[in-house]
Amino acid sequence: MYWKNYTILPEQFRNERVFDGCGISGYINIDGKRDYGTKVIDMLCILHDRENGLGAGFAGYGIYPDYKDYYALHFLFDNDPSKEKVLKHLEETGYIIQSEAIPTKTPSNVDHPPITWRVFYEPKEAKSISTDDQIVNLVMQVNERFDGAFIMSSGKNMGVFKGNGWSHEIANYYKIADYKAYMWLAHSRFPTNTPGWWGGAHPFNLLGTSVVHNGEITSYGTNMRYLESFGYKCTLFTDTEVIAYLFDLLVRKHKMPIPIASLALAPPLFDEIYRMEKKHQIALKNIRATYRSAMLNGPFSVVVGYNDTIPTMIGLSDRKKLRPLVAAISEDENTIYLSSEEASFKRLMIDDISSYKFREIWHPKSGTAIIARLGDGLLRNGLEKPFEKLKLSVIGA
Amino acid sequence: MSISHTIPTYFRVNIDRDYCKKCKRCVTHCSYGALSFNGERIVADDSLCVACQRCVAMCPGKAIRVVQNESYLPPHGNYTRRIRNIIWAQSGNGGVLLSATGNDRPIRVIFDDLLLDACQVTNPAIDPLRETIETKIFFGRKPQKLEFTIDEKDPTEISLKTKLMPHFEIDMPIMVGHMSLGSISYNACMAIYQASKELNILAGSGEGGLHPDFYEYGDNIITEVASGRFGVDINYLNKTAGIEIKLGQGAKPGHGGHLPGEKVNNMISQTRMIPKGSDALSPYPHHDIYSIEDLAQLIAALKEATRYRVPIGVKIAAVHNSAPIAVGIVRGGADFLTIDGFRGGTGAAPRIIRDHAGIPIELAIASVDQRLRQEGLRDQVTLVAGGSIRYSADLIKAIALGADVGMVGMPVLIALGCRVCQQCFRGLCSWGIATQQEYLVKRLDIDVARNRIINLFHSWNEELKEVLGAMGIDSVESLRSNRDRLRYIGPNPKIAEILGVKHAGE
Repeated sequence: MYWKNYTILPEQFRNERVFDGCGISGYINIDGKRDYGTKVIDMLCILHDRENGLGAGFAGYGIYPDYKDYYALHFLFDNDPSKEKVLKHLEETGYIIQSEAIPTKTPSNVDHPPITWRVFYEPKEAKSISTDDQIVNLVMQVNERFDGAFIMSSGKNMGVFKGNGWSHEIANYYKIADYKAYMWLAHSRFPTNTPGWWGGAHPFNLLGTSVVHNGEITSYGTNMRYLESFGYKCTLFTDTEVIAYLFDLLVRKHKMPIPIASLALAPPLFDEIYRMEKKHQIALKNIRATYRSAMLNGPFSVVVGYNDTIPTMIGLSDRKKLRPLVAAISEDENTIYLSSEEASFKRLMIDDISSYKFREIWHPKSGTAIIARLGDGLLRNGLEKPFEKLKLSVIGA
Repeated sequence: MSISHTIPTYFRVNIDRDYCKKCKRCVTHCSYGALSFNGERIVADDSLCVACQRCVAMCPGKAIRVVQNESYLPPHGNYTRRIRNIIWAQSGNGGVLLSATGNDRPIRVIFDDLLLDACQVTNPAIDPLRETIETKIFFGRKPQKLEFTIDEKDPTEISLKTKLMPHFEIDMPIMVGHMSLGSISYNACMAIYQASKELNILAGSGEGGLHPDFYEYGDNIITEVASGRFGVDINYLNKTAGIEIKLGQGAKPGHGGHLPGEKVNNMISQTRMIPKGSDALSPYPHHDIYSIEDLAQLIAALKEATRYRVPIGVKIAAVHNSAPIAVGIVRGGADFLTIDGFRGGTGAAPRIIRDHAGIPIELAIASVDQRLRQEGLRDQVTLVAGGSIRYSADLIKAIALGADVGMVGMPVLIALGCRVCQQCFRGLCSWGIATQQEYLVKRLDIDVARNRIINLFHSWNEELKEVLGAMGIDSVESLRSNRDRLRYIGPNPKIAEILGVKHAGE
């Protein structure tokens, strides 16, 4: 592990974005049963060739049932003064329900580990702005202006744990195996150009949205400038943050149904649209016209975790499928899995303790979302046509 | 005896007597009267030659060469030949000098200082011959967001509630700039409209009205309402894909249109609705628009008149305050906004304005795009930018800086045969483009001209796809405003700062 650069990328690398190849994994238990992190660690760590020891991270949903009504803020601090400054700011702007260290297993030979901290928090009521938006502003403010402080995650009943090292090291450091969650996302990195920084590892999070991403967004400039006109600040030197913010904009702010939002991020080609029925054509053309700057281009596969209000796991790849994404469903149909590689599922099949069995393993189609929701199961398997399983109506059509 | 102050000629017509067959074809083709037959041989009056190269192209014996006049003025780095010629011309005739085409001063072109990005290793390039790359765009206003509602009982029931605004698709991010019937010939207009329909791109009508023969191409024509209101009738408003209120033109910011009476024949008189032979000088401002709220009223009036069927836009010249002006125009209700840079073309403009007023389009795109974003308006409108987009590289860079559509004029005329002699305002165009004289117009074959425009833009679009593919982008929408994929290599870091583009190597 690299015991430096916790809250910001070193100065000399800030002009560049981080390009990387990655391993991504995740799963959701439909009945809400919470599993220890060991299973997702196994799924991720087997993808050894997809990482080079320069970053990994985990997101668990359902890990804080006792505090599920409060925003769980996960922090990285460089030192005590930066921690005190942020905590003071939080006291001024809201209510700190609980403030404690995130337990870690720091090796004995490390002099200056980061301060890992979590705060369960509720902002003061305001008339002009929702509490969610207050939290968004807080995250943008801390990450941009508070030196030595970084907010890893800010959702409710969930948390992100990430850092610079091999995936098994990060899992070990944060004691991921001790947390219990009904939805897990995990990520390991192979960055090309920088030693990386802790905050720059995945998952990227804003409120209940967490993103693990493999790929490179070639439309980054377009997406970033689009998001900036809605007040988002892209300061993390990576293209992945735009995915998290776009998802937040479309689904939380514009209240788009998730299947529709996925069509805005990875829309069908015009050739396909012209073959559809009139109503679908109208809807898709308007999605493409209105959200033309939200479209993600370039190779990517992502797994998104979302919990506003019903926890949902979404998998999506670019419309040419230049990055891998495989899905699986357990034999009891209670667990939906996503991963970069089938190896993650094979790893679970040969597990010594519990021999996991799968009903089916399949490849979602390019640019087609796979959506699994707590309580409802697999809503979309990633093989559908854009409006299949939906009853769409369009005004004036 | 007075001294002759004749301006030294720029060109010399050399006729190789061994090759000359004395067929006099060159004499017939020279519309400027520079060539004649004196009974024994072809003779040239160099002072009348504009180097339009028509005689060179038409001579069956390949006997003619137009070369630069070697006669040498005493050198002076400050009082250049150009400056001295201007002074001699003005002291001779005492008038405002006219000119045509775009600014011809050798000012550094910012497009040329920009380099494009391409994929290596971490993201795969896309081969446009094997994979789909989309260049289609939507023209007109878009809502800020779409409103979908989900049925409470059945969450699979989704309805799109947003009322949709008038916009339409074009297949390439290209619009042929506004060149009116009058400034250019019927045949040139017809070729442009036919090509635009074939390619499904847009063409501007200019402020010259719309000849009834062009109505059938209306789905690809943006008609222009300018300060003179020439040719504006109900057909002009209804048989069109969109309407543009022209407030300014890049070649002559602060000026109205100039169509010399020499070009106003019967047909032009009818379509413009002005007397034959009269100069068509549209006023400098619109006399019903003295401020931004007046513009908003005209936009609203045109929307009412067209029953909200087509997008209504506004064209301004790129000037120092383009960014705040653009914001006002969008707030005033414009569905699209056209900015025309200081190198933009013209059929006739005072030379002093053409050569000295306005700012480069690259900077205007960057500042307008940025300002509209700061106001949260950018994605709702279509931004058209021109003046001058010379070839596909300029188009690509204009889009990456923030334009939706590139507006193109001169390259179309050059494709039709124009040699850029800058004499459009005289109505003598020997290539049949910028003239209304029947015998000259006939020289431009509509079918040939149309195909040349189709070829030109087809190749631009293929080159656009090649570049998009190399960047790993499969839709031109993801190139727009993607300044991240540009780098600057020019001498002035301030320009890079305004463009929002990093320096090469960063």
